[in-house]
Amino acid sequence: MIRVSTIRSASFKSSCQSWDGVRQTLASAVALLFVRQSSRTKTRWSGIRFAAQLVAAILCAVDAASAASRRTPISPTNIFAPASTPARDIFRLSIFGLEVEGAIFVVVFSLLAFAIVKFRRRKNDDDVEPPQVYGSNQIELAWTVVPVLSVVILFLSTARVIYRVQDAKRPKSAIDVTVVGHQFWWEYRYPQYGFVASNELHVPVSDPRHPTPTFLTLLSADVDHSFWVPRLAGKTDLIPNHPNSMWIDPQETGLYLGQCAQYCGTQHAKMLLTVYVQSRGDFDRWVHQQQQSAVSDPSVAGGGVLFQAKLCFICHTVRGTTAAGVVGPDLTHLMSRDTIGSSSVPNTPENLRRWIRNPGTFKPGSRMPPQNLTDNELEQIAAYLSTLR
Amino acid sequence: MASDAIPLTVHKSSLSVVYQWLATVDHKKIGIMYIVYALLFLVVMGIEAILMRLQLSHANATFLSPQLFNRLFTLHGTTGIFFVAMPILFGFGNYLVPLMIGARDMAFPRMNAFSLWMTAFGGFLLYASIFAGGALAQAGSAPDVGWFAYAPLTSPAFSPGHSTDYWAVSLLVAGIGSIGAAVNLVATVLSLRCPGMTLGRMPLFAWMNLVMGGLVLVTISPLTAAQIMLMLDRYLGSHFFDTDAGGSVVLWIHFFWIFGHPEVYVLIIPCFGFVSEIIPVFSRKAIFGYPAMVAASVSIGFVSLGVWAHHMFTVGMPSYGNTFFVLTTMLVAVPTGIKLFNWLATMWGGKIHFATPMLFCAGFLFQFLTGGLTGVMLATAPFDWQLANSYFVVAHFHYIIVGGILFTLFAAFYYWFPKMTGRMLNETLGKWHFWLFVIGFHLTFDFMHIPGLLGMPRRIYTYEAGRGWETWNMISSIGAIFQAAAILLFVYNMILSYFKGAPAGNDPWDAWTLEWTTSSPPPEYNFAIVPPVRSRRPLWDIKHPEDPDWKYE
Repeated sequence: MIRVSTIRSASFKSSCQSWDGVRQTLASAVALLFVRQSSRTKTRWSGIRFAAQLVAAILCAVDAASAASRRTPISPTNIFAPASTPARDIFRLSIFGLEVEGAIFVVVFSLLAFAIVKFRRRKNDDDVEPPQVYGSNQIELAWTVVPVLSVVILFLSTARVIYRVQDAKRPKSAIDVTVVGHQFWWEYRYPQYGFVASNELHVPVSDPRHPTPTFLTLLSADVDHSFWVPRLAGKTDLIPNHPNSMWIDPQETGLYLGQCAQYCGTQHAKMLLTVYVQSRGDFDRWVHQQQQSAVSDPSVAGGGVLFQAKLCFICHTVRGTTAAGVVGPDLTHLMSRDTIGSSSVPNTPENLRRWIRNPGTFKPGSRMPPQNLTDNELEQIAAYLSTLR
Repeated sequence: MASDAIPLTVHKSSLSVVYQWLATVDHKKIGIMYIVYALLFLVVMGIEAILMRLQLSHANATFLSPQLFNRLFTLHGTTGIFFVAMPILFGFGNYLVPLMIGARDMAFPRMNAFSLWMTAFGGFLLYASIFAGGALAQAGSAPDVGWFAYAPLTSPAFSPGHSTDYWAVSLLVAGIGSIGAAVNLVATVLSLRCPGMTLGRMPLFAWMNLVMGGLVLVTISPLTAAQIMLMLDRYLGSHFFDTDAGGSVVLWIHFFWIFGHPEVYVLIIPCFGFVSEIIPVFSRKAIFGYPAMVAASVSIGFVSLGVWAHHMFTVGMPSYGNTFFVLTTMLVAVPTGIKLFNWLATMWGGKIHFATPMLFCAGFLFQFLTGGLTGVMLATAPFDWQLANSYFVVAHFHYIIVGGILFTLFAAFYYWFPKMTGRMLNETLGKWHFWLFVIGFHLTFDFMHIPGLLGMPRRIYTYEAGRGWETWNMISSIGAIFQAAAILLFVYNMILSYFKGAPAGNDPWDAWTLEWTTSSPPPEYNFAIVPPVRSRRPLWDIKHPEDPDWKYE
């Protein structure tokens, strides 16, 4: 018994840390079942033992398969690899829920498996009907009360996390970002700093001792969307005429991925989310750069004129020029972004040219229409855009 | 009664067989037409699913265009709920309820026919959109708004052309059919039971249809209302869901899920009925805790009307609203647990005969347990903030709809096909069907949970490489092939057995409810003489005069 409880507490602790830990917990649970059963020799356990062996084998296979990729995380969008308080609170609750539900599953599954093995009709059975039982109030009461108790426990632990995440106080040091969902891209407004960015969200890392969480106000310019970066927080919908909010406080710098999680039309699949969590210094430098207006470069003046003449300005803004459209992404600092098309392709000169000529090459159904440009015009506009750093 | 005026030999001589079927008001013919109609659509939605699984089998696939993929999942979902699951359950209800309660027909035979044809017309309209929905806007054909069609994606600005109109009118029309069928089921159960068949002795399947009928009456109405509001918005300039004019998207979401969640129970409750009839017969024992089974089902029905907003944990409800719906949703687990334990207790101490119907019921029990527990996970609102609209949800509800509802429907087919046609389905093919489907089901839907946990949202026509989703999706797609093979085998079995199956006789399973006293298939008005009903198992009393049930109940 001592050995059993050591395994359990050790794996419980590690289960709070990673997805691997979850698998360890499961694996050791299965191992316990397996070890205990194998000491019995009665044939009636053979079915259960076989099932346990099967589960153990599957887990080993999964383990082996993922061992190859152990050094890279199993997925950049894994909900069991939280890096921010809301995601971590959800993760802890989900592990607790999995344990309760896993226990129920094992018990009921075993009872069912036992019943269908034990009470199956045998070849040499007589034709006499088995004793008829019509019910039992005591037993039925028992299996009403036990589920009620587990519901109460799950409900209370759930309610606690709901209030803690949803009604968290906004500290004065928080960063505000207004996220506006568009078909099929993201607009990020930084009201405290007075600029608008697109498709790549930058936030400062939040030190737990001096938290600088980011509070997101979620709006939509057209249809419903949903902001979901699994490692940072659960998702919240962006609904027109119904402002929502959520918060994140990422505690490690790095790149966090996600994507729109509410079906929003043809290119819902390529409305990807990219969040750069930066050190405070890097973030402040990025903010300072984004606050600048575009610098006009005489060597690409022709492209700038074409940008107006071909009506690009109707949809796009380039601060510091007369282009002030608000339908498409702000292009003032286009070249500061790693990707185009809402993170769907890398921002290379070649991709940019193909995008301008026909966005449908990458994103069929994109709201930006194909541009009827000559090769020369395309070169000039691309050259102009490449100066928007 | 109006039926007194109808001569018994109607349609016999002068009219063709086809006309007899089209113009029939006989509950058995109507039931079979519902079922055949639903099976056709089952094949259609299966093909849609296979196409989608091919597209999703690897990252960045270009097999389907995004437009086509979006239409496929909209059609797949809409078809599955409204033109497969609902009609097939109405079909079984229509066929079996009058037989089980010793009635000659449904309460309103002509309304019954009307309901069938309205439902059929609804399905026709949905697929007619493929040819007619594009209109001058060249906006493509079939609807592509998803089966829950959140506003404002359905507004003319985002859905030009008529595909969305076809979708809305199709559901409106089918909804009228559903309400008619539900009125009929409720009225039949309440007023046409034969002498001795009190509510407390009624087969559980009839009880389940009563609860289901009641739920349909409450839940289809808001859906119908929502479709009317949508059409008013689209054509008559109203602003229910028009956010630019102060309308509310959340209003649509509420309307849809006030229908949408109880709808799940509309579908699963008659399936509880199948299981409650089949498990006792194949375990050779009376159902354990009949009153508790009835009470649990009725309370599931009531509680299910107060849980809809657990589909809305991410729309930004206040914390106390979220908390309330967590509690109500989790409460459903209690009566559901009672039902599962009572089925277990029914098998306990029995002599379980694993013919194909019982195999499917056993599969159901395990899968329903799993699907129920993932449902409790999703009820945990914060966990749902992660899992909502992910592939975990897709896996969860397919666990219920395929692993629960479709498995019990297969059980019902193997169990009642002999009654409907007079011939047994082939057992060997049945077992192949079962095992292939079990393998396919678990390959597809067990592994589908994992990409959801790894952040894969639903309704995406393709996905990025390097997110750890490829392997799981490939396994799911392979499973779909197994399922398709199983379904083909099932269709083959039905056709083969219809012509060449072993004769069934009146009572092939040595069962206990009234439908097994009459011939297979039953004559036009079901019973020449209704046997005496003194307990919940009238045929047990006849077969065991020395030890009848009515001595104990």
